[in-house]
Amino acid sequence: MCLGVPGKVIDVQGSVATVDFWGVRRQVRLDVVDEPVEPGDYILNHVGYAIRRIPTGEIEATLALYEELLARADADLMAADIRGEIQGVGDDRA
Amino acid sequence: MTVRDPGLTELKFRDPGRARALAGTLARVVGDIGRDRVSVMHVCGSHEQAIARFGLRAALPRTLDVIMGPGCPVCITDVPEVDEGVALARQGVRVATYGDMLKVPGTSMSLADAQAEGARVEVVYSVAQAVDAARRSDEPLVFFATGFETTAVATAAAVLQDPPPNFFVLSAHKYIPPVMEIVAEMPETRVEGFLAAGHAATITGWGVFEPLVARHRLPVVVAGFEPLDILAGLVKLAELIRDGRPSVENMFPRCVTKEGNLRAQERLWRVFRPIGGRWRGIAHVPNGNLRLRDEWAHLDARRQFDIDLHRLCDHAPPALVEACLCGDIMAGIKAPTDCGLFGRQCVPGAPVGACMVSSEGTCRIWYQYGGHPELGGYGAVCAR
Repeated sequence: MCLGVPGKVIDVQGSVATVDFWGVRRQVRLDVVDEPVEPGDYILNHVGYAIRRIPTGEIEATLALYEELLARADADLMAADIRGEIQGVGDDRA
Repeated sequence: MTVRDPGLTELKFRDPGRARALAGTLARVVGDIGRDRVSVMHVCGSHEQAIARFGLRAALPRTLDVIMGPGCPVCITDVPEVDEGVALARQGVRVATYGDMLKVPGTSMSLADAQAEGARVEVVYSVAQAVDAARRSDEPLVFFATGFETTAVATAAAVLQDPPPNFFVLSAHKYIPPVMEIVAEMPETRVEGFLAAGHAATITGWGVFEPLVARHRLPVVVAGFEPLDILAGLVKLAELIRDGRPSVENMFPRCVTKEGNLRAQERLWRVFRPIGGRWRGIAHVPNGNLRLRDEWAHLDARRQFDIDLHRLCDHAPPALVEACLCGDIMAGIKAPTDCGLFGRQCVPGAPVGACMVSSEGTCRIWYQYGGHPELGGYGAVCAR
């Protein structure tokens, strides 16, 4: 819940963005992010809400941790948390 | 007893040279402090995950103790709060919550136990899904809302998005800054400085820690989650301790500003008010709990349902709970390995305490990775 997950904005419709998380596309709400978000931007997602637009130039450093973890086996606790966020973001199954 | 991923030692790091340099600097600064033990606390499950996952403790000077405090949102959700969710579900109300909450023990049962008895408990990844589920039905649906600032702003946004009239919120949200003051004031505490969680500070801003620093003369450093971010944060914290210079330093500027996310704060405080309340195992925390303001009484589950907690007290709590050290572990006074249940009677499949339930709980993290791994992985890189 605390780590969140960064993703690339593909499309913005009002206060909902379509965001790509390592190939998984999900809807993310933009209600609480404090800067304008456009396609091509990266955002930090927490439970379906963008809380931060990641400044250009900081994207590589932000993604590095996730890429290292996602390369690991499924059994890893931290990687499983991140996968859960990626799979679950904006999913309308309830 | 402790299960470790044998692949840990093969981890690659972005910049081993920088890691070595930071570990060297940290050893020198902690050496300059010149005491047998220097203890600092972080308050974030993700920090503990990264520290344990990457074997960072093996790269730390022997005299530096990095303790995890009350940073697991699932773990600090208090027993009566879990009981409220369980009672509602057993009264036949649909309850939706984050998956981590399911196995957290209440007085006599968890939400998963209630679910096994036939109560309708649903897991959602986002409050937005709970709102959607309510929209597709006329039945009342209660979102059992847990977590710190980062999830509380999501709940606030959902409340402000005009949810359907059958959507209700049972708020167990917690606010981190006040609990840091409580830990600082505990007589047993050894904490000399805090590593604050980067993403919670993304919302609040680093300025929120200034009163704590002024009152308790303890330094606070905001740090990110990458192993290098954490090492750099610890170096800065050790320098502030060495120099006797209590201040707030922001070592995560790519996400955190002094003011924080004002738009998120405006929504958070429009929906919630801070009140005092217990955090599981810790203490009463003034202003530590977030409850819906009167304006939102119509969707506050506590005010719209008659939650009957008495029926839950018919069952005595399991005897093992008496021996559980979760509270002391979250207060940073004990480590998981001090607990006789850890890895024996208390394991992830059958957790006794909340710290073994959540993937952000100290015990759960130490169970997978070990708290003090051998010099391997990151440690080996740094110690070389």
